[in-house]
Amino acid sequence: MSITEVEFQAASAEAVPEQAIEGKSQWQLTWRRLRSDRMAIASVITILVIAMLALLAPAFASLTGHSAVQQYPNTGLSASGLPVPPGTAGFWLGTDELGRDLFVRILYGARISLFVGLSTTFMATVAGVAVGLISGYFGGRTDAVLARCIDAALAFPYVVLALALAARFGPSLPIVIGVITFFSWAGVSRIVRGQTLSLKEKEYIEAARSLGAGPWRIMFVHILPNLLGPVLVLATLLIPSAIVFEATLSYLGLGIQPPVPSWGNILNGAQSYYQVAWWYLVFPAAALLITTLAFNLLGDGVRDALDPRTERIFAGQAGGRKKKRRKAAAADEPAAAIAAGTAEG
Amino acid sequence: MSGPPPSAADASAGAMPADPDAGAEVLLQVDSVVKYFPIKSGGMMSRHIGDVKAVDGVSLTLRQGQTLGVVGETGCGKSTLARCIAGLVPITSGKVIFEGKDITNLSRRAMQPFRREIQMIFQDPYGSLNPRLRVGSIIGEPFTIHKTATGNERKRAVQDLMQRVGLNPEHYNRFPAEFSGGQRQRIGVARALALRPKLIICDEPVSALDVSIQAQILNLLADLQDDFGLTYLFIAHDLEVVRHVSNEVMVMYLGRAAEFGPKNDVYDRSHHPYTRALLSAAPAADPESAAARQRIVLTGEVPSPVNPPSGCRFHPRCPRAQDICGQEIPPLEAKAGDPHDHLTACHFPVPAGEELAGATRAEVRRAR
Repeated sequence: MSITEVEFQAASAEAVPEQAIEGKSQWQLTWRRLRSDRMAIASVITILVIAMLALLAPAFASLTGHSAVQQYPNTGLSASGLPVPPGTAGFWLGTDELGRDLFVRILYGARISLFVGLSTTFMATVAGVAVGLISGYFGGRTDAVLARCIDAALAFPYVVLALALAARFGPSLPIVIGVITFFSWAGVSRIVRGQTLSLKEKEYIEAARSLGAGPWRIMFVHILPNLLGPVLVLATLLIPSAIVFEATLSYLGLGIQPPVPSWGNILNGAQSYYQVAWWYLVFPAAALLITTLAFNLLGDGVRDALDPRTERIFAGQAGGRKKKRRKAAAADEPAAAIAAGTAEG
Repeated sequence: MSGPPPSAADASAGAMPADPDAGAEVLLQVDSVVKYFPIKSGGMMSRHIGDVKAVDGVSLTLRQGQTLGVVGETGCGKSTLARCIAGLVPITSGKVIFEGKDITNLSRRAMQPFRREIQMIFQDPYGSLNPRLRVGSIIGEPFTIHKTATGNERKRAVQDLMQRVGLNPEHYNRFPAEFSGGQRQRIGVARALALRPKLIICDEPVSALDVSIQAQILNLLADLQDDFGLTYLFIAHDLEVVRHVSNEVMVMYLGRAAEFGPKNDVYDRSHHPYTRALLSAAPAADPESAAARQRIVLTGEVPSPVNPPSGCRFHPRCPRAQDICGQEIPPLEAKAGDPHDHLTACHFPVPAGEELAGATRAEVRRAR
């Protein structure tokens, strides 16, 4: 792989200048700084609103009287058989070509997106941290094998794998989650491995060894807490990339299958109709954009809060940068963001 | 029995002879310890292409309640020696015997009971404390690892230790970042003390502190030694500090012992040209005496420990070197007229009272 090792400033270094009166942990200080970051707080609120909407999707379905998969050919389609625009006959955001309620479908799509985003990020982070820690700490042959596995996972063409799996097992939610996790853990591993390599040389690791601490204690008590900062940033940025990943797979027909709604497959349906029904394209795309933007901005805020010495790279124009970045290849996103952050620090 | 049985150390070449005068029990015996760090070529199929000969046959004996100071320049192997004794790095050859038991290269599990007896204080008070752990957890970690105290009992033990080393026990829940360098070093001392060890290896414990704080920490270490009957292996590059704390001193050069003996013998009646040079290089507080003092200026650099000189390691830089110095390793032995415990590894030791050719500071400056 030509991607250079992403090296973080060790999270320990930032502990020095803080002069708190009572014992404030690094996390408490981080939380304080995050709270004063308006952009991050706005992102958190946005994410909470989206999460509420997703959770309350069944309530909205019963409120509108429309199910997510039910077709309403009588009320949901115009006389000429085209989707009806927003606000027509109780369809708040209009309908699709089969007369289904777009609003309800987007809400149900949000459930899938958030579920996929959070679950894959969780699994990828746990797996990535475990592999990275073990690889970096034990070194030697263990590291040689695991590092090659990381390279292999990063080198794999994900569309090809998804196609192969979808062809063999049929496209499904578990396959989507599996594929996304498979392509996300390696990035986490790389960073954790690099961090572990530098952290294990610290004198406090030697001190722990001289006290008789075993390798697992050293890894989980002494190394892991010191690399949670970078991992947290990475995880926050993995969520939007996983959401985009899921949308991409579903758009290509390799993910969530209609009639079950997902932002990806709604957008796929929209491409034939957006000329006559703009809402069909705009609303699901906006949902995807707002969600990923909010997670990305939150990730940036978390990074800034963890490392206050780093200036915001594009202070004041973060929004514009994020939109551009969303369109960039989803898988490379967290690494790129962190690389940019490191270059500054 | 007609005589004392020969100890393991007596049997091997270059080992310390047993000291019949000292009544105290031998706590630690280090016998011809060698530590080579292999150098490997990079890449997947790495080859062994050489060794960093960090410690190359060092022996020493340390008695209960004593302090042995180890001095030498950066890179002379003194910290590696400490790590070998503490079992933090595997030893290439030689033996470490603690209270009569061979603890050389024990597995982690087998080493565990000895970890309670041998503790370390580290050089860097910033690097040696995990920044994410609260002080209570740092000092209490030995209790957790060795399962000797839990819960409130552990907290009380930790607070007692904090009190003992001069920290405010109410700061139990603070983080290391909230303490000064001297206070952090006290935390390190408390942690080393937690399991009531017999031997504490101090690896440059005051080098990173400023002078006023150094004195506080040194006094603390001295008090603790009196109270708990501790034995110290004290590593430092500051000659005055070593003289202040030690009973015996070992001077190391490039992985070997150059001179070993009671501190006054080594400081006032040294024979090894390197010891002389080292002592003459130490700054003196009195500017007049400093200006008048003869400084021995060594030529050249410390050779690389990857490819050290043959024979006496010091011979390329030694003003007294002759042919034999490059061919034969001088044994560490008592020279004529010396007490049996003052040992020098030199073919041509500088007689006591005689000055090694030197120059005053003014002369040195002129020569440059």
